[in-house]
Amino acid sequence: MSEVQSDQQDSGKGKHKKVRAKKSSTHIDMTPMVDLAFLLLTFFMLTTTFSKPKTMEINMPVKPDKPEVELKINNAVTVLLGDKNRIFWYYGEFKPDETQLEETDFSAKGIRKVLLDKNSYANDKIRELEKKLLKGQLADSTFKKERVEIQGEKQSLFVLIKTDDKAKYKNVIDVLDECNITNVGKYALVDMMAKEYELMQQKFVK
Amino acid sequence: MTPMVDLAFLLVTFFMLTTKFRPDEPVIVDMPSSISEKILPENVMMITVDSIGRVFYNIEGQETRRGLLTALGKKYNVPFTEEEAHRFALLSTIGLPVLNLKQYLDADEHGRKEMNKLTKGIPIDSLNNQLADWIAFGRIAAAETAAKKNHDKDQLRFAIRGDGGATYTTIKRVVEIFQERKINRFNLITNLEANPNPGPSG
Repeated sequence: MSEVQSDQQDSGKGKHKKVRAKKSSTHIDMTPMVDLAFLLLTFFMLTTTFSKPKTMEINMPVKPDKPEVELKINNAVTVLLGDKNRIFWYYGEFKPDETQLEETDFSAKGIRKVLLDKNSYANDKIRELEKKLLKGQLADSTFKKERVEIQGEKQSLFVLIKTDDKAKYKNVIDVLDECNITNVGKYALVDMMAKEYELMQQKFVK
Repeated sequence: MTPMVDLAFLLVTFFMLTTKFRPDEPVIVDMPSSISEKILPENVMMITVDSIGRVFYNIEGQETRRGLLTALGKKYNVPFTEEEAHRFALLSTIGLPVLNLKQYLDADEHGRKEMNKLTKGIPIDSLNNQLADWIAFGRIAAAETAAKKNHDKDQLRFAIRGDGGATYTTIKRVVEIFQERKINRFNLITNLEANPNPGPSG
């Protein structure tokens, strides 16, 4: 501002010269404005929350009106979650005296390895699909569609997640997450049977 | 310098327009993490469950919230004033029995914080299942708002934001209450973690 005024005074003195659009410097001191701009910029940058929360979509089965029919379990892993972040599993159908629970953990070598092994059918197929996708032989949408189809096939693994009263929500999410990682497309959250609960309690006593 | 200043102002404008200030949340929730990259859709009804199993409720849209409060007031015979409705519309997550709601809305900010610390959340047991009313009335109010604005596409979604330390039983109960209302699809809100086998399958 001050510069502009002084320019006008200068032009007043030199009246005897021809008045022409003088090349007065229009430079304003912008520093304070820029300071302010950057201050605001920093403020908004720091307060903005860009990452919208991520979500995991889950569909629960519609509650049937009629009493449920026992469903046949062929290719299924049942995961039992208990107190103190403990996790047990068994494969196949529950047979009262034969079924043995195996304990595992939430690490990559634990439940994930179990699910990967049991779901090798779907995983092998999906790996081949991925190779095709990387070579550009498949469209992205086709890949997604076929992956869902493979996951839905009969030979693909089915995971049942059962919890007792003390299991933590985090553990449930972890197992759901492991299912997603290991390409298990069919999973369900169901109530625990009394027999299973007893078996699990025995493990806790030991 | 001019280009730099131009750029700075451009960014300022951008951030000013995109910023949405996060409302003060009454509870701290430590969400479990998953590899899911889906972003939470707009227009959600959010049920928050904290680590000790208290249930909180939140729904977006001022008009919807007013409708919800009116309906709740009618059912529980608590008449709310216009002033209280206005305050309720501007708040976010709330977790109190309806009978304490009036006191909560009349309190100042400090009082509300104190109440949030002491509250036991929205009752969810089957004898006094207030959460079911919150859900039902919230849904009706949201539908009315949508009808007014002709936003049929913006369907109301249901999200559960649970603390990792909450017992699954509480979450299960909330899911049950939803299912009693024939709502079977949920968004479980999680933090993002890296996918251990990156690739197209991500």
